[in-house]
Amino acid sequence: MSRGIVIQIISFFVYLLYQVLILQNVVLFHTAFCFLYVAYLLVLPVETNPIVLMGIGLIMGLAVDMFYDSLGLHAFACVLMMYVRNYWLNSLTPQGGYDSNDRPSLAMNGLQWFMVYALPMVFLHHSILFFTEAAGFDMFWFTLWKIITSSLFTMVVILIAEFLFPTRRQR
Amino acid sequence: MERLILFVYQNRAFFTFLALEIFCAWLIVENNAYQSTKFFNSSNGAVATINSFSQSVRDYFQLSDVNRILAIENAALRESLELERRISYSDSALPLDSAEAKRYEFISAKVVNNHVDFVKNFITIDKGREAGVEAGMAVISPLGVVGKVKLSSKRYSVVTSVLHIDVMVSAVLKRTEHFGTVQWDGINADLVEFNYIPRHVAPLKGDTVVTSGYNAVFPEGIMIGVIDEVTLRDEALFYELKVRLSQDFRKLSFVTVVKNNLQVEQDSLEQVILKLDR
Repeated sequence: MSRGIVIQIISFFVYLLYQVLILQNVVLFHTAFCFLYVAYLLVLPVETNPIVLMGIGLIMGLAVDMFYDSLGLHAFACVLMMYVRNYWLNSLTPQGGYDSNDRPSLAMNGLQWFMVYALPMVFLHHSILFFTEAAGFDMFWFTLWKIITSSLFTMVVILIAEFLFPTRRQR
Repeated sequence: MERLILFVYQNRAFFTFLALEIFCAWLIVENNAYQSTKFFNSSNGAVATINSFSQSVRDYFQLSDVNRILAIENAALRESLELERRISYSDSALPLDSAEAKRYEFISAKVVNNHVDFVKNFITIDKGREAGVEAGMAVISPLGVVGKVKLSSKRYSVVTSVLHIDVMVSAVLKRTEHFGTVQWDGINADLVEFNYIPRHVAPLKGDTVVTSGYNAVFPEGIMIGVIDEVTLRDEALFYELKVRLSQDFRKLSFVTVVKNNLQVEQDSLEQVILKLDR
């Protein structure tokens, strides 16, 4: 096993445990949730096979679901996000394209590009998550408000994490 | 056939996506059902261990509240003990039927995981089948109702909180003795809705709402909360009542699981009636 994969596996557990031990208790004003674990999925290497991506999304989602007692919810949102990710990355190809082993991270492509890439993805993930959880559009505005505040909160935390631990290139 | 296989192969990412999403959707539906997948939930050993570690840190911040509530409960228990003693001294009291006297058993448990901000909230407690906790039992706290056991593993159980939009609790307005149903609307963790109180009743702000004991899950007279808001629309048949929960679900730390020894008997009797009706 190469060193890169070992680091990936370790960071998988770091993100997961950080989510369920700490961020599970952080809900601002009882509306804004923080799902930092999506950052792990977002900065997986560009050239990862989409099927592998969805597999990782499924495993991460199911693991988070076990702690939140919402079996399937996070997994559903993650798999969808992972499926869309590659199409979204292709339409955002920076000048000169991606190098092999590139990661779609802040350190690689700059703040502006990262915002354009990550914010819609986080918003998509949260929309699917909260609307599926509410089982429909009965409380549309309340759920939408939850989605918007949670997306912003998650995004801010992702940016902080990206600045603190810049992910560059997979060795 | 060859073409079909080729087509599936070329679009393998999409078909994998489809399969995984259907799998997840199935899990969601299955999990919403009353009895659900037994393993992948927070009563699973490893998950619950991590959660109880996390809760043990949180416990320190709740110590003073827990102490206060325990002191209040102690006082109330002492009072009822005294009352009991006085009754037993008087000759007029008939001894209770032994089945009725042992109707409820209480199992104390500690909360290891708790959510209040989702639409469907669950609580994990640290007692399971080993301690006699089984699906369908009521969970209460010193301050009021908490929920109903959804499923239990060997040492942990998952409880469907009252703060779950699909949970209904049969309740009664203590002052006038009219009964209705308490259900959460999914928005504010302090307030639940109290439905089906007819127009001719006059509920007041501050009236106490307690469990009715009609559905054999909760014992009779467990506190739910006090009425916070009374609305009556012109065309409506029933009041729209908001009840402020007496138990702050954000501060839940110790709960009691109630085992109703006569539940099977009551349920089977009611089943017979339902069948006769049909």
